Amino acid sequence: MRYLRSFLAFWWNFIVGDDWRVAVGLAVALGLTALLAHHGVNAWWLLPAAVAVLLWDAIRREARGVD
Amino acid sequence: MRSDLLLFATTFLASAVEAVEALTIVLAVGVVRGWRSTLVGVGAATLVLAGIVAVLGPALRLIPIGTLRFVVGALLLAFGLQWLRKAILRSSGYKPLHDEASAFRREREQAGAAARGSSRMDWYSFTVAFKGVLLEGLEVVFIVVTFGATQGRIGLAAAAAAAAVVVVVGVGVFVRGPLERVPENTIKYAVGLLLTSFGIFWSGEGAGVVWPGSDLAILGIVAFLGLVSFALTRRLRRQRLAVRPLGAEA
Repeated sequence: MRYLRSFLAFWWNFIVGDDWRVAVGLAVALGLTALLAHHGVNAWWLLPAAVAVLLWDAIRREARGVD
Repeated sequence: MRSDLLLFATTFLASAVEAVEALTIVLAVGVVRGWRSTLVGVGAATLVLAGIVAVLGPALRLIPIGTLRFVVGALLLAFGLQWLRKAILRSSGYKPLHDEASAFRREREQAGAAARGSSRMDWYSFTVAFKGVLLEGLEVVFIVVTFGATQGRIGLAAAAAAAAVVVVVGVGVFVRGPLERVPENTIKYAVGLLLTSFGIFWSGEGAGVVWPGSDLAILGIVAFLGLVSFALTRRLRRQRLAVRPLGAEA
């Protein structure tokens, strides 16, 4: 049980880390990109734009918490 | 050739960062509690890691390349973005720099305070070294297996990781102390940028995106994210100075 817990903790820390909002945002952006591609729209710009926005938002929240 | 160089450089740098962290733990425990049990722990962790690679490597070949790129890209993206975010916060003074010297001191104090058993095997040294090498090693394995599998160059990725471990261990043994001279945050900044860029490229490709310029799009993504990160770091630094001017913290 202890090994299973540390195994899951490793993957949680690896993928989600200390900001679950970023992980959820990435999942939404990836899903949307796949959905658009499925309907014939080549939305290559969506992921880089989403990453830039998520990065900005995560940093803004963390900086506000420190100040 | 260009993508091979990028693959080698990214795997080398990412593996070097993990190796520095593992070596800091091993050196701290070894110096304080002795080398025998510490090195047995390192050896045991290395064997477990070799087993994981042996199982994971062939299994990955059974997964369709599109699915593999999507999953691997998404994982790299999530992992790389964490590094990039923390590196930006450290560069702008919002997070303390990850100081290997203080990590070394902390590990050494903990190792010195732990009680010794009466048996010849020091289980404290074994466990700490084993866990340190296994956890950091798992991240190296993940990077090697995923980068190698998506590019079809597992050998090249493994060689880059092995070179990084040899260089880091060589430097560590030579200086016989913590690897404080390695500018860890600068490397993490670069690696975070590269992992995130590869993650965007592969997960996008796996999701069905056709990148303009094909493989050259990776360079475009790196440049775009580099500019965004640079702008964010500058803005945060200015913001930090406006809230707490230099000298105000003294």
